[in-house]
Amino acid sequence: MAALAEAAAAPPRAGAGRLRAVLPVLSVVLALMAVWYLAAIPMNAREALTAAERAGAEIRGGSAAERAGRSALVLAALNPGPAVAGAWTQERPRLPAPHQVLAEFWASTVGEEVWGRRGLVQSGSFSNRSLIYHAGITLGATLGGFLIGSALGVLLAAGIVHNRAMDLSVMPWAIVSQTIPIVALAPMIVVVMNSVGVGGFWPKAVISAYLSFFPVVVGMVKGFRTPDREGLDLMRTWNATRAQVFWRLRVPSSVPYLFASLKIAVAAALVGTIVGELPVQRGGLGARMLAGSYYGQTVQIWAALLMAALLAALLVWAIGALERRVLRAMGTRP
Amino acid sequence: MADHAARMPRAAAPVIAAEGLDLVYRTADGPVHALRDVTLTVNRGEFVSFIGPSGCGKTTFLRCVAALETPTGGRLSVNGMSPDEARRARAYGYVFQAAGLYPWRTIEGNVRLPLEIMGYPRAEARERVARVLDLVELGGFARKYPWQLSGGMQQRASIARALAFDADILLMDEPFGALDEIVRDRLNEELLRLWDRTGKTTLFVTHSIPEAVYLSTRIVVMSPRPGRITDVIESPLPRERPLEIRESPDFLAVAHRVREGLRAGHGDL
Repeated sequence: MAALAEAAAAPPRAGAGRLRAVLPVLSVVLALMAVWYLAAIPMNAREALTAAERAGAEIRGGSAAERAGRSALVLAALNPGPAVAGAWTQERPRLPAPHQVLAEFWASTVGEEVWGRRGLVQSGSFSNRSLIYHAGITLGATLGGFLIGSALGVLLAAGIVHNRAMDLSVMPWAIVSQTIPIVALAPMIVVVMNSVGVGGFWPKAVISAYLSFFPVVVGMVKGFRTPDREGLDLMRTWNATRAQVFWRLRVPSSVPYLFASLKIAVAAALVGTIVGELPVQRGGLGARMLAGSYYGQTVQIWAALLMAALLAALLVWAIGALERRVLRAMGTRP
Repeated sequence: MADHAARMPRAAAPVIAAEGLDLVYRTADGPVHALRDVTLTVNRGEFVSFIGPSGCGKTTFLRCVAALETPTGGRLSVNGMSPDEARRARAYGYVFQAAGLYPWRTIEGNVRLPLEIMGYPRAEARERVARVLDLVELGGFARKYPWQLSGGMQQRASIARALAFDADILLMDEPFGALDEIVRDRLNEELLRLWDRTGKTTLFVTHSIPEAVYLSTRIVVMSPRPGRITDVIESPLPRERPLEIRESPDFLAVAHRVREGLRAGHGDL
């Protein structure tokens, strides 16, 4: 790795700087990949050894029944050859190898789902195996819930800052609301809303709003309270109204806090939507993951997980980009 | 002559009249006397400096005038009204030690802020901003953001902001306290010119003896625990004051008396 770094740093070209920035990230990714491939050997050892035994190989560690009681780590150590040979190619591995996940991801986004038999080109629409289709559903509910939740969070924070009764009463309830495990609450919200005829988008949006309002309340209360005594005194010398103080002083000072809390909120909104999709098999990445676990399709679960991670990265990046634009428009020192 | 006669009584009426002013803070360690029995009148067009060690109540007195603090005893009137009525009537501009410019507004935007709050029409606001920025010699920096300006320039912008809405009283709380000596000298000179041109009644808190003597028509020496006035010195210096005046015997005599007053205040402890 050190030799690679030197070789990369040696040529004094314009690209060298960017490479130097990417290199640490790349090294971490490679290290994680290595750990992942190694972990797949014991994780998938049982299946690999059974398959090798059926094919006629001599397996140490006793009969199949005896092996069931022994540690997978020990079995892999006793039979390194067959364990490694069968670790990364199984159809339903306990831990799929990275290349299997990537292959599934490619197939269910572009490979099969655009150019394949049931793909976009042939059928004119995404199939229900398309991760793009499921990601679209999840993204819609996430954005809906995120917008509702953040708006609610900002409103509550404004209320808390301006009203002493709200200051004392809202925050404890907001904190209590977050101590209820969302996996317990989400099915209830889905069932209750479905029983009054509201399904699909709304229950998921409500769950993700429920998770995303909290970081915004906490962040924005702090943000609205950043103006110091001198700033507020200055406003008082001009006999400014509370509304003027709010819009001209509190709101602009809270902008950095707003974006910090929005980044947390959008990630929470995504989690909320996925949890909300678990009990209802009507599309979305959550539904896709649960379907994968019903049928033992671990590769499918991991591909959906990868999609969810990419979606989260995209959302957080988008908020970061918006933040940079807003701060630049506000004349912040570059 | 009629004009003159009409102006005379107004000029004679005190702008600020404090009589037996007391301010006691209740703290966990017992009451703290921030001001005790402060009696002072300030007439129109005066430049009065308040000097004393920290805790002597000079800032507190200024904050009482601005209705940012409420005295617990005595009488205080500003422009013939209660301080709070005067605040509502936007009778004064206040300059804090920190320039306190909003980083998200340009210099122009910062100076326009009080005008926006007071509901000035757009065109008039623009005209006033341009005028006061010229007055503090920041005409060329209207579109800059505060971080692009030096500390001295930021403080000048904050003075422009206090002047923008034509209050006839200027309250300044150690406005140059955080600046270095060289910048401070220049700003003192500019402030004196500004005061001469605008004729605003100015109350100026400082802990620098030369600054107080150089700027003021009257110097109020205060001492702490309890905060009170120990001496009031009329300056014999002429209105026209080049920086070199600070080496004149008159100047040194006043500075000496201020120093004596400060020492006497400490002697009481």
